[in-house]
Amino acid sequence: MFKISKLSILIASAITASALVGAAGAQELTGTLKKIKETGSITVSHREASIPFSYLDDNQKPIGYSVDICNKVVDAVKAELKMPNLSVKFQPVTSSNRIPLLQNGTIDLECGSTTNSVERQKQVAFGNTYFVINVTAAVKKSSGVNALADLNGKTVSTTSGTTSVALFKKYKRTETADIKSIYGKDHAESFLLLADDRVAAFVMDDVLLAGQIANSRSPADYKILPESLNTEPYGPMLRKDDPQFKKIVDSTLAGLMKSGEMEKIYTKWFTSPIPPKNVNLNFPMSPALKAAFTNPNDKGAE
Amino acid sequence: MGDLDFGAVFRAWPFLWKGLQYTLQLTVIAAIGGVIFGTLLAMARLSSIKPLAMVATGYVNLMRSIPLLLVIFWFYFLVPVIIQKVTGAERPPSFGADKSAFITFIMFEAAYFCEIMRAGIQSIAKGQVNAGYALGFTYWQSMSNVVLPQAFRNMLPILLTQTIVLFQDASLVSLLNVTDFVGAASKIAQRDSRLVEFYLAVAIVYFILCFALSFAVKRLQKKIAIIR
Amino acid sequence: MFDLFFQSSSEGEPLWWQMLASGLGWTLATAAVAWVIAFTLGSFLGVVRTMKNQWLVNIGNAYVELFRNIPLLVQFFVWYFVLPGLFPAVKKMVNDMDPTTHQFVTACVCLGLFTAARISEQVRSGIGSISQGQRNAGYALGLTEAQTYRHVLLPMAYRIIIPPLTSETMNLIKNTATAYSIGLVELFFRTREMGETTFQYFHAFGAATVIYITIAMTANIIMGIIEKRVAVPGYISGAK
Repeated sequence: MFKISKLSILIASAITASALVGAAGAQELTGTLKKIKETGSITVSHREASIPFSYLDDNQKPIGYSVDICNKVVDAVKAELKMPNLSVKFQPVTSSNRIPLLQNGTIDLECGSTTNSVERQKQVAFGNTYFVINVTAAVKKSSGVNALADLNGKTVSTTSGTTSVALFKKYKRTETADIKSIYGKDHAESFLLLADDRVAAFVMDDVLLAGQIANSRSPADYKILPESLNTEPYGPMLRKDDPQFKKIVDSTLAGLMKSGEMEKIYTKWFTSPIPPKNVNLNFPMSPALKAAFTNPNDKGAE
Repeated sequence: MGDLDFGAVFRAWPFLWKGLQYTLQLTVIAAIGGVIFGTLLAMARLSSIKPLAMVATGYVNLMRSIPLLLVIFWFYFLVPVIIQKVTGAERPPSFGADKSAFITFIMFEAAYFCEIMRAGIQSIAKGQVNAGYALGFTYWQSMSNVVLPQAFRNMLPILLTQTIVLFQDASLVSLLNVTDFVGAASKIAQRDSRLVEFYLAVAIVYFILCFALSFAVKRLQKKIAIIR
Repeated sequence: MFDLFFQSSSEGEPLWWQMLASGLGWTLATAAVAWVIAFTLGSFLGVVRTMKNQWLVNIGNAYVELFRNIPLLVQFFVWYFVLPGLFPAVKKMVNDMDPTTHQFVTACVCLGLFTAARISEQVRSGIGSISQGQRNAGYALGLTEAQTYRHVLLPMAYRIIIPPLTSETMNLIKNTATAYSIGLVELFFRTREMGETTFQYFHAFGAATVIYITIAMTANIIMGIIEKRVAVPGYISGAK
């Protein structure tokens, strides 16, 4: 179904197998793995416009960096459960419904652009960090805004349901800045407000801003501010208190990071032309992400 | 903003068509289910069994006083949890928004169809029911053979008008990320950063369809009026 | 179980019950302003559509068809995102506005114009249901067309349409929830926000349901009182 090198399957299954033999052995399946075994299917969620993590191509198939990673996890699950014909369902989600859907069992694994935060860890669990972002703002070059401080007295847009909302509220309180904010339902709406000069800036994760800009009519008109409101890790989201499934997710990702496979996936999506319009995000790997690959971890943002 | 690019809309047409098919499917099934359930509710409201009438009235008033959006979210998030609690299952049953929408719309629209059918039933002269009983019909026989066919025919234009409203209301499921017509458009619009073009196209298509449908209903109304 | 309403999302933020209360405020304010727009414009269009001038009738009909045949959700989007982008003058106007004011104004205009189409249908059929004799009686008394509408036809038509007008008013209140799609912080927006932040969907949706039912019942009672007050003895009974 998907193009995956034999080697990576071997590595992934070897790692998961070795990880599980010791701990689990013939242990009874619990949680998500049990559900997958019983229902014969796994439901992976994806986003529809989170470029380049998780979005739809021209045939409306989910593609992207996170989708590639999740497919590796699915392969590991197939190997672990010895279910090569496991049916894999893809379920689109939004930033507002992904957590309830995971909790109520509609989806088993969320592979999008979800911030792993300590706050969210009270509700859900996260696998190893596969991306690190800075929350910042995109502005028009012509606007004369060069720093967050220049936004005083202006209006900014952000997308409801994201961590940027609370972060920006906190920024306004601590800086006692007089900034008004309006919310888009999704990134495209928030960006449209910026493109139409309705707001001075769009506050969001830097990489998502880069995605919106690359897809816009005139990418050269925009720039991303170098400041950061917060550094946040992205990770695959799964249900809480599900050690068996988390182990598979974590070991699969750790394996990809150690083998260098992860870097190849990164290059494919962040520094090469991507579908559907063959734009290149030119978003080189940050030192923070390199560190996360060297020391795989699931630490959440404060 | 002068350079609108509607080419993107045409390229995405196969996907939009799939969304429109879902919307039509939802409309037809919700209308049929809603009319059936609504008719039962109407009969319950008019029933001489007090508790039954009260329950039906309470249900209709509840559904009619809360926004459809809230109903959609109730069914979507909470019904699986309730079912799990009731059945004591280990996991909540998982059905996606696209499926829960069918249940939601049948349950919600039934309240509106109920009121229409109630007016329809009441418009039939009591003597006809009595005539049915005189012929030895049971309650169900006189309802299904005498009252309901006439009530249904009398109310057909209003039922169809309500169905056109339902067709438009179906667009709200897009807020749950369902790929209905509006949902399909907004998904591709977001990916391609072409929100304006896609939403204008949606408005035009919806207008043409609803205009044609309500024109047809008006014609039908005239026809039925002549028969009477 | 009510503790949650006395907590806040984070320090310095209002408590949840205060958030819901402010949402309710926006809902009621939006509904009230939109109702005034809808009633005024709807009455005007309804009257125009019963007049002799075919041109005016056609314009009125076109308005009704346009606003009735496009889903409200799509209309909201067009008002908020499309129109300012298409017309520089509109964009300048909305950019000078406070963003919250702009959302409020957009919601009022969108809902008002949408509901006006429906009210105009009711007013038209209300006037149509009055016998031609009353109109002629007005003319016979020497009243002009405007005076006949003002003193003879409309007072009767409004009384006849109170029941459908009541349910349209309730529809309007419920439809304000759709304004959350343009980010207006009305009751439904706050409900979702509370659900998403606290993950206590039962509490949030339960509270919203109770509030909406209360509004609907209040609106029903008020319209019932009005209906009784204005009933014409021996003509249309105060009850239904």
